[in-house]
Amino acid sequence: MTRRAVARTLVYLSLIAATLVVLLPLGVVLLTSLKSEKEMADGGGALSLPDDPLNFHNYVSAFEGGEMLSAFGNTAVILLFSIGGTVLIGSMTAYAIDRFTFRFRKLVVALFLIAALVPGVTTQVATFQIVNSFGMFDSLWAPIVLYMGTDIVSIYIFLQFVRSIPISLDEAARLDGAGAFTIYRKVIFPLLRPAIATVVIVKGITVYNDFYIPFLYMPSEDLGVISTSLFRFKGPYAAHWETISAGAVLVILPTLIVFLSLQRFIYNGFMRGATR
Amino acid sequence: MADVTEKTAFRSGAGAAPAAPAPAPAPPRRRLRLRRGITPWLFLIAPLALLITFTYVPIANMAAYSLTDWDGVSPELNYTGVGNYTEIFTREDLFRVFFVSGYYLAASVVQIVAALYFATILSFNVRFRNFFKGVLFFPYLINGVAIGFVFLYFFQDGGTLDSVLSLFGYHSDHAWLGTPVSANTSLAGVSVWRYMGVNFVLFLGAIQSIPGELYEAAELDGANRWHQFRYIIAPGIKPVVTLTVILSISGSLSAFEIPYIMTGGATGTATFVIQTLNLAFRFNKTGLASAAAIVLLLIILLVTWVQRRLVPDDRVDLV
Repeated sequence: MTRRAVARTLVYLSLIAATLVVLLPLGVVLLTSLKSEKEMADGGGALSLPDDPLNFHNYVSAFEGGEMLSAFGNTAVILLFSIGGTVLIGSMTAYAIDRFTFRFRKLVVALFLIAALVPGVTTQVATFQIVNSFGMFDSLWAPIVLYMGTDIVSIYIFLQFVRSIPISLDEAARLDGAGAFTIYRKVIFPLLRPAIATVVIVKGITVYNDFYIPFLYMPSEDLGVISTSLFRFKGPYAAHWETISAGAVLVILPTLIVFLSLQRFIYNGFMRGATR
Repeated sequence: MADVTEKTAFRSGAGAAPAAPAPAPAPPRRRLRLRRGITPWLFLIAPLALLITFTYVPIANMAAYSLTDWDGVSPELNYTGVGNYTEIFTREDLFRVFFVSGYYLAASVVQIVAALYFATILSFNVRFRNFFKGVLFFPYLINGVAIGFVFLYFFQDGGTLDSVLSLFGYHSDHAWLGTPVSANTSLAGVSVWRYMGVNFVLFLGAIQSIPGELYEAAELDGANRWHQFRYIIAPGIKPVVTLTVILSISGSLSAFEIPYIMTGGATGTATFVIQTLNLAFRFNKTGLASAAAIVLLLIILLVTWVQRRLVPDDRVDLV
């Protein structure tokens, strides 16, 4: 009996330790973001509490000086187009692959499958030349097109769902005179709603957090997305940890809100997305 | 829409052989079959165009560049054979990045063990379970640049880590990111912090898909928690663990964001990807960079192939 109690205590202790490891670095950054420049210079240590817990001065300077407004705007545009495109393209591909038998079908499937194994980071050296030759370098189109074109995970998620939709529904619609496109639009697409939610969440978080593609393809300052704009804090605010911290908190906050409100769907989405 | 394309396809087919007499109008059944044959392609044009343009053409080009000394801009490029490849494996300063991957590989072991432990204990009845679950998973969702800054401050002189240590009476003047060994260890630690949650959630999902009666039956047979883990959970989640191991290996080799944001590859922390990007975009050695990328790609494909052999995974087939 006592052995069990000891085991239980150890389990809780390990959970509390893990919680501290996760939350402490984040909490300290939150504290730092609320301190004034003077408090930072006084050197009260990273763990000291800010004098004025409602001092949002750093947030204002991070938001304005870091051009976070335009960063959030650019991110929103990219999110809108690339998620819309991914949903359309993924569901169309899944519909075509699952509902038709045609020549080279196996080849098409193999092309998508093999592409899933190629890590995007490795091919950017050559992809860069192609994006450049289309004149998309340093425009919002580069990330939009790249996010749309390389998402095999969402095709896979859609495929699982299309397969679970009974073919008798297609047949009934066909008897009513519906063509393939009408069937896709009126029968399949609406039934894909759960899959669409999954793809929107997984894709949305990936795009919101991506650093690599915008950093490589959109060097212009006015084309900053939240990752690259935050990265630029490194220059002008190099030693101003209070401002950098405020910027980091500004970027983390939307993720936290989305996570807290959609928790269950996010877990499901990632389990579905990650096991491909 | 289908009709238009079908007609143009038809017409261009006739145009290819102008000498032939005008073909008789196709019988309705043949037209129907033709239309059915074209319909899937109408849905696939856009995805396939994107896939080929942004995945397969780059790979083909990269293979071609890797055999040249191209600088990425000038129209001039000379065929150098496998020269770039021998350079990668013989020049010590280029080869060194593989040792950096070792830190991330070691970190993945820590990460997988921790994820397994927390997934197991949180699959049993624990108070505040959802809270702990959320806390452990949340870092995975945070923006990489924000994580980089959080941990730059964490390892800063007089930053979070030093302050915590001084709480315990240990006053360090250690520059955490100052030497290659300590910097790489710190950076690999950050990736454990960042990615442990996703492994944890995957394992948790796999454990929860094991039917609950198994535990009850085992408990009746007098099995304790360790027996339950050893004989029920471990075999049940083996496929997911193998998958995670593979993903960790390719992840360790292609580590980029955290080291790039935090150190920019300074003090011996440059990883394979950082080096490749520097070669390509800073030193204009597109040929050499392409060869490096091809090497990385081949390693990752090999690792994946080995995994498919070890764990034939039926979830992976698309059809």
